Amino acid sequence: MDGQFDDALTGEQKIRNFNINFGPQHPAAHGVLRLVLELDGEIVERCDPHIGLLHRGTEKLMESRTYLQNLPYFDRLDYVAPMNQEHAWCLAIEKLTKTEVPRRASLIRVLYSEIGRILNHLLNVTTQAMDVGALTPPLWGFEEREKLMIFYERACGARLHAAYFRPGGVHQDLPPELIEDIDAWAKDFPRVLADIDGLLTENRIFKQRNADIGVITEQEALDWGFSGVMVRGSGMAWDLRRSQPYECYDEFEFGIPVGKNGDCYDRYLVRMQEMRESIRIIHQACEKLRKEPGPVMARGKMAPPTRSDMKTSMEALIHHFKLYTEGFHVPAGEVYAAVEAPKGEFGVYLVADGTNRPYRAKLRAPGFLHLQAMDHVASGHQLADVAAIIGTMDVVFGEIDR
Amino acid sequence: MSENLSELGAHIEAKRPDCVLSYAVAHDELTMDIAPSSLVSFVEFLKTDRTCRFSTLVDITAVDYPARPARFDVVYHFLSMYQNHRIRLRVATREDEMLPSIIEVHPSANWFEREIFDMFGILFTGHPDLRRILTDYGFRGYPLRKDFPTTGYTEVRYDEAQKRVVYEPVKLVQEYRQFDFMSPWEGAEYILPGDDKAQEGAK
Repeated sequence: MDGQFDDALTGEQKIRNFNINFGPQHPAAHGVLRLVLELDGEIVERCDPHIGLLHRGTEKLMESRTYLQNLPYFDRLDYVAPMNQEHAWCLAIEKLTKTEVPRRASLIRVLYSEIGRILNHLLNVTTQAMDVGALTPPLWGFEEREKLMIFYERACGARLHAAYFRPGGVHQDLPPELIEDIDAWAKDFPRVLADIDGLLTENRIFKQRNADIGVITEQEALDWGFSGVMVRGSGMAWDLRRSQPYECYDEFEFGIPVGKNGDCYDRYLVRMQEMRESIRIIHQACEKLRKEPGPVMARGKMAPPTRSDMKTSMEALIHHFKLYTEGFHVPAGEVYAAVEAPKGEFGVYLVADGTNRPYRAKLRAPGFLHLQAMDHVASGHQLADVAAIIGTMDVVFGEIDR
Repeated sequence: MSENLSELGAHIEAKRPDCVLSYAVAHDELTMDIAPSSLVSFVEFLKTDRTCRFSTLVDITAVDYPARPARFDVVYHFLSMYQNHRIRLRVATREDEMLPSIIEVHPSANWFEREIFDMFGILFTGHPDLRRILTDYGFRGYPLRKDFPTTGYTEVRYDEAQKRVVYEPVKLVQEYRQFDFMSPWEGAEYILPGDDKAQEGAK
C-alpha cells in the first residue's frame, strides 16, 4: 500500500478481510487456545490455531525419569479423564515386559476407564451447551462429576491426579462398599442424564446452534486422522474397545452408538448414548468384581512387595528400596499401545533401550488431530459457530500441548 | 495375529521390493524400514492397495540416535479402519538431509511434520507451512534432540520494573541431577586394565 495510490478507490471504499484473535483468554477456547481468524463479514475465511501455550515438554522430561515416575505425567495430559491416559502407558510397558494383569485388576481398570469416559462426556456435553448459550447443564453435570471425583478419591486418594493404574495392575484394591456405592450411583445416574437430555436434545436454540454445523464426512474423518466420537458421529462404527480389544473389554456387552449426519448435534447424541453404554459396562463390572476376589497387582519386579513381606524379609525390603529409587528395567524394543480414551485414540509409542528409563516416548493425543482440522471444518461457518465446533471437537490442552 | 502381519509384510514387500529395506513382526506389530526416496509413493500405495487400505495416519514422530551417522529415525504409524490392522514405517535420515512431506497423501501429516521440525529440526520438502508449533514464539534449538539439556537455555519471568516478561539465561540453584543407576551388583563389568585373566575367570 505504501507509496501507491489508487485513485479509483479511496481507502474507505476498499474492503478487506478482518483478522481477529480468538483467545488465549476466551471462555469458549477451552483452555489456552489462540485462534487467528480471518473474517469476511461474519464468515470465517481462514482459521489458524496457535497451540503450545501449555507446552510443558512432557516427552523430554519423561526421558530422564524412571517408568514409574513417568506415570503421573499422564494424569496431567487429559486432566478431564486422567486414568484413561495412564492406562495406555501401563499397556505399553506390559506389552514390552509381557506381564499378565490379574483379572481383578483388569476389571477395576475397565470400571475406572468407564467412569473416566462419563467424567469426560459430562464435561464436554455440558460445557459445549454453555458455549452455545445454555447455562443450566454444566451446573447439573458438575454435580455428578463431583460424585465421580469422590469415587476417584476413594480408590486412590486423589480427585484428579490419580496415579492409580500401575504397570502390572492397579495400586490398591477397592473396598467392597465402594463397589456397592458405584453400582448404586450408576442406578441413579440415568435419571440425571434424562434431565440433561430433556434440557438439550429437543431444545430449539440448542438444535439451531448445532444441527448442520461442522459437518464431517466419512472421507474427511479418515483424511484428517480423526478417532473416537469424531468418526463415530460420521457414521463409522469404529471403537478400539470392540475392534482391537484390550484389557477384558471383549467380555462386556455394550453398544457403539453411531451418528448419521456427522454434525455437532449428532456428536452430542453419540456422547449422550455413550454415557448410557458406559453405565451398562459399570453395572457389569461391579457384578463381576463382587464375584472375583484376588490380587490386583502382578507380583514380580514391577510391583512393590506386600507390607508384611517387607517387615519379615530382607530381600523384600531391598526390592522395595530398589523399585522406588532405581525402578524396574524394561527390555529393549518398541511398542505402540493405544486405548479408546473418551476423546478418541490415545496412544503411546515407547522406545525402550533396556534401562530403567524410556529412550523415547511419544504421546499421541486425539485432540491434536482434531484441532488440526479446525481450518478445514470451520471455514465457511459463522464466527459464532467456531465456539460450537471447538466444543464438539473436545479439545483439552493438557494433551494437545503435552 | 502375528501370522497375518507376517503375511501382510510379505505381500507389501513382494509388491514394492524397491521401497522396503526390511520388515519384522515384534510384539504383534509390523515394522518396516523404508528408503526415504520412495516414501510418498509408498505411503500412497499403502493407502490405495486393496489388502492394505491404511486409510488413517495415526502418528508421525522421530527418535534421535546421536551416535549413528543417519541420526534420526522418523517413525510413521498407520491404521486401517477397514482391514483392522496397523503398520509402522521407519525411515532413517541424516541431520543434513530433508524428507519428503506426505501432506499430499494424508493432510493430517501437517501438524505432525511441524512438530518434528520444531522438536528435532528435520526439514520436510513440500510442506506448505513449516513453522514451529509447540515451543514459544522465537524459540531457538531443537528440544527433543538428545544433546539439548532438559533444563533448556532460557527462562522467563515477569519483571515488575519493566512491566513485561523478560527472557534470561537459566540459573539453577542446584545442578540438575541425572542419577546414574549403573548397579555395582549386576551388569557392570569390573575388569581391571591389563587383567588378561579376567575373561577366563568370569566364566
